[in-house]
Amino acid sequence: MAIEAIPATPVQARPLSHRRRELRRAMRSMLQAKWPVVALLVLLLVAFAAIFGPWISPLDPNRQDIMMRLADPLTEGRRNAFFLLGTDGLGRDVLSRLLYGARISLLVGICAILVGGTIGVIAGLLAGYFGGWIDDVIMRLGDIQLAFPFILLAIMFLVILGPGVMNIIIVLGVGQWVTYARIVRAQTLSLREKEYVEAARALGDSTFLIIFRTILPNIIAPLTVIASFNVASVILSEASLSFLGLGVPPNVPTWGAMLADSRDQLMANKWWLAFFPGIAIVLTVLSFNILGDWLRDFLDPRLKTMA
Amino acid sequence: MWTFIIRRLLQSAIVIIGVTLITFTALQMSGDPTYLYVSERATDEEIQRTREALGFDKPLPEQYLTFLGNLAQGDFGNSLSYKRPALDAVLEALPATLELTLFAMFLAIVVAIPLGVVASLNRGSAVDGSIMTVGMLGQSIPSFWLGIMMIMFFGLQMRILPISGHVPFIMPLLSGDWAQAFRNLPQALYYLIMPGFAVAFYSISRNARLVRSSMLEVLGQDFVRTARAKGISERAVVIRHALRNAWLPVVTMIGLEFGFLIGGVVVVEMVFSWPGIGRLVFNAINQRDIPVVQAAVVILALVFIALNLIVDLVYAKIDPRVKL
Repeated sequence: MAIEAIPATPVQARPLSHRRRELRRAMRSMLQAKWPVVALLVLLLVAFAAIFGPWISPLDPNRQDIMMRLADPLTEGRRNAFFLLGTDGLGRDVLSRLLYGARISLLVGICAILVGGTIGVIAGLLAGYFGGWIDDVIMRLGDIQLAFPFILLAIMFLVILGPGVMNIIIVLGVGQWVTYARIVRAQTLSLREKEYVEAARALGDSTFLIIFRTILPNIIAPLTVIASFNVASVILSEASLSFLGLGVPPNVPTWGAMLADSRDQLMANKWWLAFFPGIAIVLTVLSFNILGDWLRDFLDPRLKTMA
Repeated sequence: MWTFIIRRLLQSAIVIIGVTLITFTALQMSGDPTYLYVSERATDEEIQRTREALGFDKPLPEQYLTFLGNLAQGDFGNSLSYKRPALDAVLEALPATLELTLFAMFLAIVVAIPLGVVASLNRGSAVDGSIMTVGMLGQSIPSFWLGIMMIMFFGLQMRILPISGHVPFIMPLLSGDWAQAFRNLPQALYYLIMPGFAVAFYSISRNARLVRSSMLEVLGQDFVRTARAKGISERAVVIRHALRNAWLPVVTMIGLEFGFLIGGVVVVEMVFSWPGIGRLVFNAINQRDIPVVQAAVVILALVFIALNLIVDLVYAKIDPRVKL
């Protein structure tokens, strides 16, 4: 006897309005807290600079103008060039380099989180769902990594592999996986015993489906909080590594590398070379931190002890 | 107590083996590590000679065992740029790095705890608000940029603090010249102030926030109410009852923060030309002096593990609930 599939009842309407309600609640909470709104605006600005850098930057960030070396901010150059934030030791426009620098910071920050998050989530799901020796191996590996200042490993790998955006993303990404794995594992452990997971199992769903379709969607919320703080710390690490000369190739402008260059002019009191890139880093990182703080309070105040 | 120490030592041994494995893997990931040890203009013959001399033509497991054996004897190979054992160069720079690290840790505790306590006792006030704002900011400022800004303001503008230089304290202490060490102390601290704060600011902010939330949690508990009800002075309630319970999570945190601190030290040393491992590593990076980088990484890892072990012991000491 053939069993006819029962047509699914259309339930579209409810989750949609539910989602809209959540969104409205989020917006209200954000407006109430005020600072997250400012943080979001700052990040939108940084993202705008990162995406449209080539179109909005006044000059080519690598164009050298030896006649205009170390020009003060608000200096007028030749051929209608105007140096709002001054020029560096090679006569390159600081504002243009700053706008281009947003690219690397955001790109590295977000991609490293995606790399680390993916590894961590998969590792955490496997460890939490299967338990046993899989759990042991994964979590002990994590312990070893955490028992060691990661920046040192990053330095060593980058010295050997050489500079490059891809290398720095992978190295910083791998540095982040343990945090995600730990949280995902803890959540998976408790979800594994929930009725709806058991129901999925009883219905004969494959393990793969259970892990990725039933469990994973329910642990996304705390991950977004961690990710937000993580982007902030990855951007700081990237700046440190670029400052050490380990970031991207020298012809790519980054905030960290601009600060490294500024050291040569420190005694000459060319303050704008160090001041503006630093402010760019601080504002970006601060915004991610503020958003993370708000997101944590909004999603689950109990998470407060975790981050 | 001893079983705890032995267990922790065993754990540390596993971590150290992990570190050596990673160090070894990193070398192999470059493809043929021989090229890291020869100049760019080396002839094929020279490359082959170096490869055989360094044992890179042998099977990997054998290479790893040789590598481990050499490490155990403190042999990281010769520095490529200094033409002397890499370990010597690193150990020479270690005292300066230790001074900076320990001083930053000291600041991270001594400055953060009062700030956090004051904020928690004045919850919601302007004082609390400003401490928390600075705390938020502190977690977003790159330590090396803070160093540069401090040099520009306190060093070059106001001329009240030295922008570079270092007076040794641990070095004479280790060589047994205690009198000299303590004569150096005031000067040593004078030179430590700026780099120390640059490194510690992140941890100060984090710890202050942590102490505050931990204090708020404790202050709401029954035993604090009981202590107050007994008529004990507020001072005693805060210091003897609340703080003693509130700083346990902070001690745990401090252990975890060494990683950040050491990372910060490496970069900040560059800014202040501090003659430590960080500056050594930076020069080694530019010269692609792999043995020095390896030696520095392994030595700093050992320092980190040792400091963490000490924190664990302190933790067990101050929290009687932890049984060793």
